[in-house]
Amino acid sequence: MADVSPSGSPLVELKGISKRYGDLLANDGINLAIQPGEIHALLGENGAGKSTLVKILYGVIEPSAGQILWEGRPVSLSSPVEARALGLGMVFQHFSLFDELTVAENIAVALTDDWDLATVRSKLGDISRAYGLALEPDRAVWTLSAGERQRIEIVRCLLQNPRLLILDEPTSVLTPQEAEHLFVTLDKLSADGCAILYISHKLEEVRRLCRSATILRGGRVVASIDPRERSARDIAALMVGNEIGEVRTGTPHVPKGAMLTVSKLSMPAGGLHGQALEDINLVANAGEIVGIAGIAGNGQSELFAALSGERLADKADAVVIAGKTCGTIDIDNRRRLGAAFVPEERLGHAAAPTHRLSENTLISHAATEVSRSGFILLNAARRLATAIIKAFDVRTPNGDPQARKLSGGNLQKFVIGREIIRQPKLLIVDQPTWGVDAGAARLIRQALVDLAGEGSAVVVISQDLDELFEVADRMAVIHQGRLSAVKPVNEWTKEAVGLEMLGIAQTQGAVHAV
Amino acid sequence: MSTFEAILLTIVTASTPLLIAALGELVTERSGVLNLGVEGMMAMGAACSFAAAVTFNSTLLGVGAGIVAGTLMAALFAVVVLGFAANQVGSGLALTILGLGLSGLIGAPFVGARRDPVAPISIPGLSDLPVIGRLFFGQDLFVYASILLTIAVAYYLGRIRSGLTLRSIGENHTSAHALGLPVWRVRFLAILFGGACAGLAGAYLSLVYTRFWSPNMTAGRGWIALALVVFAAWRPGWALIGAYIFGAATVLQLHAQAAQFGVPSQLLSAVPYLATILALLLLSLRHGRALGAPGSLGTPFVPDR
Repeated sequence: MADVSPSGSPLVELKGISKRYGDLLANDGINLAIQPGEIHALLGENGAGKSTLVKILYGVIEPSAGQILWEGRPVSLSSPVEARALGLGMVFQHFSLFDELTVAENIAVALTDDWDLATVRSKLGDISRAYGLALEPDRAVWTLSAGERQRIEIVRCLLQNPRLLILDEPTSVLTPQEAEHLFVTLDKLSADGCAILYISHKLEEVRRLCRSATILRGGRVVASIDPRERSARDIAALMVGNEIGEVRTGTPHVPKGAMLTVSKLSMPAGGLHGQALEDINLVANAGEIVGIAGIAGNGQSELFAALSGERLADKADAVVIAGKTCGTIDIDNRRRLGAAFVPEERLGHAAAPTHRLSENTLISHAATEVSRSGFILLNAARRLATAIIKAFDVRTPNGDPQARKLSGGNLQKFVIGREIIRQPKLLIVDQPTWGVDAGAARLIRQALVDLAGEGSAVVVISQDLDELFEVADRMAVIHQGRLSAVKPVNEWTKEAVGLEMLGIAQTQGAVHAV
Repeated sequence: MSTFEAILLTIVTASTPLLIAALGELVTERSGVLNLGVEGMMAMGAACSFAAAVTFNSTLLGVGAGIVAGTLMAALFAVVVLGFAANQVGSGLALTILGLGLSGLIGAPFVGARRDPVAPISIPGLSDLPVIGRLFFGQDLFVYASILLTIAVAYYLGRIRSGLTLRSIGENHTSAHALGLPVWRVRFLAILFGGACAGLAGAYLSLVYTRFWSPNMTAGRGWIALALVVFAAWRPGWALIGAYIFGAATVLQLHAQAAQFGVPSQLLSAVPYLATILALLLLSLRHGRALGAPGSLGTPFVPDR
């Protein structure tokens, strides 16, 4: 790997980088310097301009103004190929992998030199051993877990001997164990002289890993700090611009009877890459939040579909809502029983992108109040949309915009607000704060806690363990379509959850038994 | 030559244009572009090759003209769907309509003209073997070319670096762009290859299969080629098998008509097309979704810059 150059002369320096999209200034005069071998954190809420800045550095988009210096020389990066030729590598947040290709093919396609698959395999073996990144070259990518996919991306970068590795929210899809594994690899890389730009909003990680951090807010640098010298709360306050309170837990929840009972629910996999559900048993009582943890793709979407009625069970008594068997009735009829559902995908599933917010209320309220004998009650829909916008602090560009015009966090507040405003007896929500900024996430979690406090049952499916430990009363882990035992949150540790997420909890138990 | 042998020979002749056109479209689709204009490009290939062959009295020039005509049509399509990121389905349908109309105009002076048959290759000894002699060693050059093309396309997609690049771009153009792969250039070339193949298939129709030209002589073969790509799950080897199954259906229905089974001839003529629909139906029933479809098939690529 590259030599460490004398300290003081940065490997890369950004000077006055600005990027304008119409009226929006996504980056505004950003200065940033990274030393060789340094792990530098880039912190900020969603929409703070982190992704834009990184894309500029990686040559994906062009800055409107400003200069990039590489080892003191000004460079113009007009494509990722040029960036890679300089020695930049990037691990994307939403992986830039090709699902139908094998691991070796995915790596080969990104290499600039000539190759044959045998060479790629042997190089893959070398890197895997050196950094502890185990990979099977001939597996198709769609069969791999998120952690394994990320390893492919990292190996792909390392094969090009990068001087600077950029990681965009690398741990958002990893189990705690996989994340710790990643940190070890990054420490090793840094010791070898490779600089790392680490983008995250998880502060504990940044404090564990980085010696310097640049904080962005509204497209500007608001602070450059040593994250080890500040508390997570301080840093969060810098990111958000005002102090974030913690979610108030209401009075201790007294269970008041089951609102949702799932018994022996099994369902075949829906699609080619789907996951079958096997023998799911779950009870959610009025007044409590039940959390379901798990790595993406272990049956969460299928479970959501089965609970909401988007897919019907074979037996009517597999799903019981508010005392009524409803395994074989559709989503609208389940809504009429007082249930409400928020799917994972905001745009395209929870909301129709080109429809206005008022029209989007129809998606879940058509069964109940905004239509009559097949006609839409437009005024009622508009009143409802306005009420949701007000109650859940949805920031909109105008009174009744199209759903796609809203930022992720604001749209999420809207689609969750749309269900909570009905005061449902049962709310099932998949990934409530995925890709949402800290402020919106807090508001959403508070709303969920408040809803349970008012006596509703809430089921939260999430990959964010911190979130589940914060809001849930009881929790279970889903792995390969099977649900673990549901236990009170204080009986779980993060390690135990991690082992269940990887499906090795039982095996370990067996080892201990021997 | 027995009737059985004759039927086998005509099956090969009927299958070859389907195979060539399907291979071209397969490569185009593997790069992520859906070109529904195969029928139009084929019609143009048939008309231009026949016109050139008759005018210059040269089969070779005819074939060349067919390939050029198909490629030019494809280039027009490429400019529209790549340069202007237009809707691929709409543009492809427009290309078919344009090709059918334009081929009628170009071919009009040549209605009624005839070409001599293209001499089959003859290998003394082998070609004289009973039954399999003519079938395997006495075909015209196009048939062998189509088989070689199948092997070449399979090898290119599976083993060659730029074939992997092409597949990656078809699978996920956003990722491919982020990796710095030349999405537009690869797609442009893949579309041109599809056009050249469709043009060649058209040339085969008018110069070898019928040896005359008439308006709309492609008779839906471009659409069958499109369906073949789906039927083959975007794999060249399966395209070969599929092309011969559909070729056989086309020929056997002709013989069934001649044998006067008492089934209306119109119904028999529809057999290959019904078989197409049936094949697609069975495939989608079995897999739930189009198995092996390239991930970004049919979606325009617009990078943010």
